[in-house]
Amino acid sequence: MAGPRSGRLRHAEHVMGTVVSFDVPAWAGGDPGPLGRAVRWLHWVDATFSTYRDDSEMSRLGRGSLALADCAPEVAEVLAACADVSVLSGGYFTATPGGRLDPSGYVKGWAIEHAAAMLTESGSTAHTVNGGGDIQCVGDRGPGQPWRVGITDPLRPGALALVVAGRDFAVATSGVAERGPHIINPHTGQPATALASVTVVGPSLAAADAYATAAFAMSRHARDWAESLDGYEAFAIAPDGATWQTGGLGAYLG
Amino acid sequence: MRRAILAITGTIAGLVALLTFKSHAPAIPTATVSGTGGGVTSTSSPVPASEAGPGQSFSTDSQAGGLQTGETTLTGQVASTVYGPVQVQLLVRRHKIIKVSILQQPESTVHDLQIGQFAFPQLISETLSAQSAKIDAVSGASYTSAGYIQSLQSALDRGL
Repeated sequence: MAGPRSGRLRHAEHVMGTVVSFDVPAWAGGDPGPLGRAVRWLHWVDATFSTYRDDSEMSRLGRGSLALADCAPEVAEVLAACADVSVLSGGYFTATPGGRLDPSGYVKGWAIEHAAAMLTESGSTAHTVNGGGDIQCVGDRGPGQPWRVGITDPLRPGALALVVAGRDFAVATSGVAERGPHIINPHTGQPATALASVTVVGPSLAAADAYATAAFAMSRHARDWAESLDGYEAFAIAPDGATWQTGGLGAYLG
Repeated sequence: MRRAILAITGTIAGLVALLTFKSHAPAIPTATVSGTGGGVTSTSSPVPASEAGPGQSFSTDSQAGGLQTGETTLTGQVASTVYGPVQVQLLVRRHKIIKVSILQQPESTVHDLQIGQFAFPQLISETLSAQSAKIDAVSGASYTSAGYIQSLQSALDRGL
């Protein structure tokens, strides 16, 4: 039978240049329900942080026409978090790729994780939010059932390379599959090409998303760095089809 | 050469992904799989014209020989792609695709032959394996708003 599971609601929202997919309890729907509030939050993030919008606070901050103190407090929060990841990653993650203020590599995962937390605060104990391939899973799929997340194979469009499973976890993937090489190694200024995709799994999507971006930029150094991360695991596919994974990824293999 | 094949593969993969996930859901631009899956015992009359909208490109054939109870074959209309005509047939049992057959495919160039010998068999196995993976969500390199419709996540959202 087509359609969502009994008592569940699926919703796809076009926002932030992608589609954000929700799998929530049916009661979270309606307007203004918990789902509606989470959707409104994402549109607010888009309007505030988008570097594609000249009038966003982030664009105005980057041009110097708006002071950080006059921005929404979330702007400073995001920039501080970006600085933390930048230090942790030896500069491979940066909020100023190409010298221009653009924390997009952090914002999407952070916004999705926050949307998932809003649903939790509204009383949902089981939901997923998928922002264009970066997913925060909350609770279990069902009693005793983990959420199962397929990781696409960048070398075989339409196919899955791996399935990870768990509860209360996040999955983020950086890669070249759709838009071609677009992650720049900040230390060389050149696109990173040694990996076809890197997936990071762990508790927080904001962190996992930024770590995946950093690991992708690191190319050959990514594996050792990912192994050093506390609480996060990684899986990578090289353009020739070779793969590697960190030691603790087995805990997530479904 | 490889790049061209991958591009073609991606296109066909999108097509197959769309064909893969049966639905009564709206907004599938190129193909909607119809049929109740009731098989031999279900109605075998043609789809009424009123239900055969522009997106309607499959017909059910519950009376084909060799079917077991509960199985339905869905035969796609011939799809005109830039690479030539493509037609597929699905064998469905209890709302699951259990076999994909390519009835018609381009054969005029070396590329076409490579697709026939390599890409189609691979895509068929992938169609079946992705379906059996029982996943709730898909992680991959970010898709754009436009690319979403061809994504596996889109198929899940429509109610795999």
